[in-house]
Amino acid sequence: MEPILITEPQDPQAPLQPPPVRERVEPRLQLLGISKIYPSVVANADVDLTVMPGEIHAVLGENGAGKSTLMKMIYGVTRPDAGEIMWEGRQVHIGSPSAARRLGIGMVFQHFALFETLTVAENIALALDEKTTPAALAPRIRAVSEQYGLPLDPERRVHSMSVGERQRVEIVRCLLQSPRLLIMDEPTSVLTPDAVQKLFVSLRKLAAEGVSILYISHKLDEIQALCDKATVLRAGRVSGTAVPREETAHSLAELMIGGDLPTCSLVPRVPGAACLSIAGLDLKSGDPFGTHLQDIRLELRAGEITGLAGISGSGQQELLKALSGELPAPRADSIRILGRDAGRLDAAARRRLGLGFVPEERLGRGAVPALSLADNALLTGYLSGETGMLRNGLVRRGAVRAFADAVIERFKVKCGGAASAATSLSGGNLQKFIVGREIRLAPKVMVLAQPTWGVDIGAAMLIRQAIIDLRDQGVAVLVVSEELDELFMMCDRIAVLAKGRLSRAVPVAETSINQIGVWMSGDFDATHGADIKGDMHVQA
Amino acid sequence: MNPEYVIAFLASTAGAATPLVLASSGELVAERSGVMNLGLEGVMLVGAVAGFSATLHSGSIGLGLLAALAAGMAMALVFAVLVLTLQTNQVATGLALTLFGLGLSAFLGRDLVGQTVAPMPKLSIPLLSDLPFVGPLLFQFDAMVYVSLVVVALIAWVLARTRVGLLIRAVGEAPHSAHAIGMPVVKLRYATVLFGGALAGIGGAYMSLALTPMWVEGMTAGRGWIALAQVVFATWKPRGLLLGAYLFGGVTVLQFHGQGLGVAIPSEFLSMLPYLATIVVLVIICRNPQTILLNKPMSLGQSFKAD
Amino acid sequence: MSRLEARPEPSRAMMLASPLIAAAAMLVSGSLLFLFLGQEPLHAFYVYFIAPLGSAYGIGELLLKATPLILCGVGLAIGFRANVHNIGADGQLTMGAVAAGAVALYFDGVEAPWVLPLMIVAGALGGLAWAALPALLRTRFNTSEILVSLMLVYVAYLFLGYLVHGPLRDPAGFNFPQSKMFGEAATLPLLMEGLRVNAAFILSLVAVAGAWFFCRHTFAGYRMQVSGMAPAAALYAGFSEPKNVWLAFMASGALAGVAGVGEVAGPLGQLQPSVSPGYGFAAIIVAYVGRLHPLGVLLASLLMSLLYIGGESAQIELQLPSAITGLFQGLLLFYLLAADLFIHYRFKPRTRVAPAASATPAASTQQSAPASAPTATETIQHES
Repeated sequence: MEPILITEPQDPQAPLQPPPVRERVEPRLQLLGISKIYPSVVANADVDLTVMPGEIHAVLGENGAGKSTLMKMIYGVTRPDAGEIMWEGRQVHIGSPSAARRLGIGMVFQHFALFETLTVAENIALALDEKTTPAALAPRIRAVSEQYGLPLDPERRVHSMSVGERQRVEIVRCLLQSPRLLIMDEPTSVLTPDAVQKLFVSLRKLAAEGVSILYISHKLDEIQALCDKATVLRAGRVSGTAVPREETAHSLAELMIGGDLPTCSLVPRVPGAACLSIAGLDLKSGDPFGTHLQDIRLELRAGEITGLAGISGSGQQELLKALSGELPAPRADSIRILGRDAGRLDAAARRRLGLGFVPEERLGRGAVPALSLADNALLTGYLSGETGMLRNGLVRRGAVRAFADAVIERFKVKCGGAASAATSLSGGNLQKFIVGREIRLAPKVMVLAQPTWGVDIGAAMLIRQAIIDLRDQGVAVLVVSEELDELFMMCDRIAVLAKGRLSRAVPVAETSINQIGVWMSGDFDATHGADIKGDMHVQA
Repeated sequence: MNPEYVIAFLASTAGAATPLVLASSGELVAERSGVMNLGLEGVMLVGAVAGFSATLHSGSIGLGLLAALAAGMAMALVFAVLVLTLQTNQVATGLALTLFGLGLSAFLGRDLVGQTVAPMPKLSIPLLSDLPFVGPLLFQFDAMVYVSLVVVALIAWVLARTRVGLLIRAVGEAPHSAHAIGMPVVKLRYATVLFGGALAGIGGAYMSLALTPMWVEGMTAGRGWIALAQVVFATWKPRGLLLGAYLFGGVTVLQFHGQGLGVAIPSEFLSMLPYLATIVVLVIICRNPQTILLNKPMSLGQSFKAD
Repeated sequence: MSRLEARPEPSRAMMLASPLIAAAAMLVSGSLLFLFLGQEPLHAFYVYFIAPLGSAYGIGELLLKATPLILCGVGLAIGFRANVHNIGADGQLTMGAVAAGAVALYFDGVEAPWVLPLMIVAGALGGLAWAALPALLRTRFNTSEILVSLMLVYVAYLFLGYLVHGPLRDPAGFNFPQSKMFGEAATLPLLMEGLRVNAAFILSLVAVAGAWFFCRHTFAGYRMQVSGMAPAAALYAGFSEPKNVWLAFMASGALAGVAGVGEVAGPLGQLQPSVSPGYGFAAIIVAYVGRLHPLGVLLASLLMSLLYIGGESAQIELQLPSAITGLFQGLLLFYLLAADLFIHYRFKPRTRVAPAASATPAASTQQSAPASAPTATETIQHES
């Protein structure tokens, strides 16, 4: 069968239509033996995948399993090194995203491909292959977005929209091209639990109309709720396929990582004195499109892990920078660390007071990519007099090296030694190194932002346990995370950041995912009776 | 102070401003797409020498301008290949282009020093040119002055109202997003960089064909750099370019008319004014970080690699 | 471009090799250029690059011209490492020369051993003061130091022009725009009889050693390096960006000022309308070709100096235009930038042996946490 590049062009002016039905039911998409090899890693090896028309098909796997790479090949962003792609029964070579779109494949990226300074209509106009003006598109945008329960105002500029609303733009953008296959890459990481349910309704409607959906996720409970079939990836290969509703969390976890999804737990203890307090912090974001903080009040107590939930864009960046010292607070006493006014101190001064901080960006902020691990140890290691890394303004390389070696050993960082460059480490290993470096500096207050994001399960568990150990040693810990399940698993109490405001902190035992979910949309006063806690499945 | 003299002084501002208008508007388009070409000075010089040489040998100013356009594009092409395809550092490559341009223009112009061509003729517009006061002030310029104004207007319209302009703005803001949705980021940037080079080349040639119709080594005396500053001063919006360029033009012309206007400062200090003025203007715009954050194309200066 | 792929780690071998490759490419282009100009390439090559090194005098000239390049280049390299771009070194050199010249002329006739050191200090301070302006404007007003330092170059040139045409003009100089020749006590001692290279060369070597020590062993050097490589990490670590900017400009300004002293208290012996054939700009090339490393800067300065001298002798012996020097310099930097590509990329090998499935490198799974947060780095990303 001759490979083809594109199929018949679709009429862009036609309303969203169900795809044509053929005589026998062909799979909409079939991947046969797909492999993708990068210089230092095999991202996918011999992957088979079959998606039928109207099917919601999950691609499940932990971070690093090869899900995103696979999707990139389907969407034409990269090309496979081996294997075939069959589209509706014919072999195709998908050379670019526009070729994919011409076939009828749409993709909603995890990191949105949007332009903040432009309007919704302009953004969508740019992405469509037909040459329409934003003005002509506006009515179609309104219609389609209403039809699928994702209402949008075409004239709004993207920078004024919440992350959840931006995702709607991405989805509507795909829908306007009448896709036959819609790929959604980790769509719920930016949504409140409520919004997740609304999204599922929209997706089910699409599937009922015959659109196939590829749903990439690592969240077992969502997949069980939404998807008809699942293909599980593990270390780049297919470890099995399943019908999620007929599986248990245990069996799916088995396929995903070869065992049960590990959990950790806290031994309840009485928290100690307040180590860090934020009192009435009002802060304007340095970013013109950022979120301004209003009247933030929080106390971090010794021997307690406080979790901070909230969808992306609620002000986490600003709050973290205010805590770490990268953004000075308006008043020195708005932030107090161990009894000292710290609001106007820079990052180095705050560390000297006993603050440790693990940022969300590993490469470029937590570590310098081109430098070795030893040199990266010096990045914050110099602030503790006990490490002996500095003397009279000179760097003592022996002490630096010894420190780095100790971190590598204690936190089982897989690398080529302390001299290897930070970029050569995997995400999980680099994160372990950074967390380990901060922990080894013996902070009295520790702040971590998205500590297990993009990290494989083994490293994630080690990091979580290390954080719990810190807490047991009497350190006051703040964990900012967008994964509610993770927070419920490892925090003593939880607060919610929404639209720049902070809720009160409640003990984890006295709240539920549902209640936190409601708070995440900004309504701090709502209470949700005696709700069940929601499945405590830990996603990888 | 003689009113005729004042008018002549004001009118000569346009001549001094035009090379800047041309070079900075071309650079603005490139920068809106995310590429900063620090080599403008070198490009202008090469354009100046190419234009002068072509006009000298052919007798046609039109041919000279064409040669300048081609030369500017050639220089910009070298820059584009290095920065867009070979992923070199934009700052270092721009500096290299300037130094190379200085050397190349000196080399190409070594036999041209001391020669002259007939300068670009001033247009005579029926009726308008003969108006008292206003005539000499506004309507006795050479063609390029008017062309430069049209160019700015055109660029403003294209950026704001056409799909190409939308693409340029999008690529300048988020090239990775643009690439993800299938826009030809690199091709677009090649186009804007070459466009900028062409205009810079013509801007340089205007100096050697209209302002002082001869070739002198390094004759742009920093105007390429000032054009870069103009783009910042205009906060990357075309309409601001005219104000900046004419302001600079006025300050530049002061040094020639200083004595005539009754100013008793040594000429060297008057000559410093354009450069000092540029610094002052930059400080005014940059002091509020929000101004830059809101207007500067977000990807400016960063290299882009497609997978 | 599609045949190239990113290297997992930058190649150290290429980091050393690329300046050599660039130099070789420049030499080859040079030979072609000679051919184009109607010269016999090998002979022209010999006259340009080899002959100047054949005599003691030639070596002396080489070191003499290298001195200002080393001084400026070392200072600039320190700044470039921290992403602080001092493009105005030629202006700082000029102002250093002015300051030293003013001291020399003020104490004209005084034959004391402290005149020369005072001149050197004055020169350093002059360059430093001139560099303080761009530093101030960047740290207080966020203004691009590239543009400001550059504008000040022209101002410095004009100021020198004003001085030699006016207040500092030699009254017995037939109205030529130049100052009196400096006296014995205001002239740098020569290193060797018959050669023009002077004590400033020693100063330049001290600068190289000092810069090497600074970058390798001091924490300040580390802070500047991090600041240049990853500004967000520098902020995270509590490094003060303003401090880095000031340090970079003060150091490079002072060194450029000393280079200016080296010129006017050396081969020029007086203040002239121009005291530099663009050393401050050539030093930019030197800094990059030298890989921003003090030792590399030293070697690159020697190469650049050879280009200057070769250009002069080629002009005399072969009637080649002096402008080729500038051409060569620009070409050298172009080739270096192009060759640098291979530090981070390599050609895709024909066949690929699949390594055992292992944890994916950070370049594969690196994602910044929330969907809307930008990554703080330009690392090539392969997402799994």
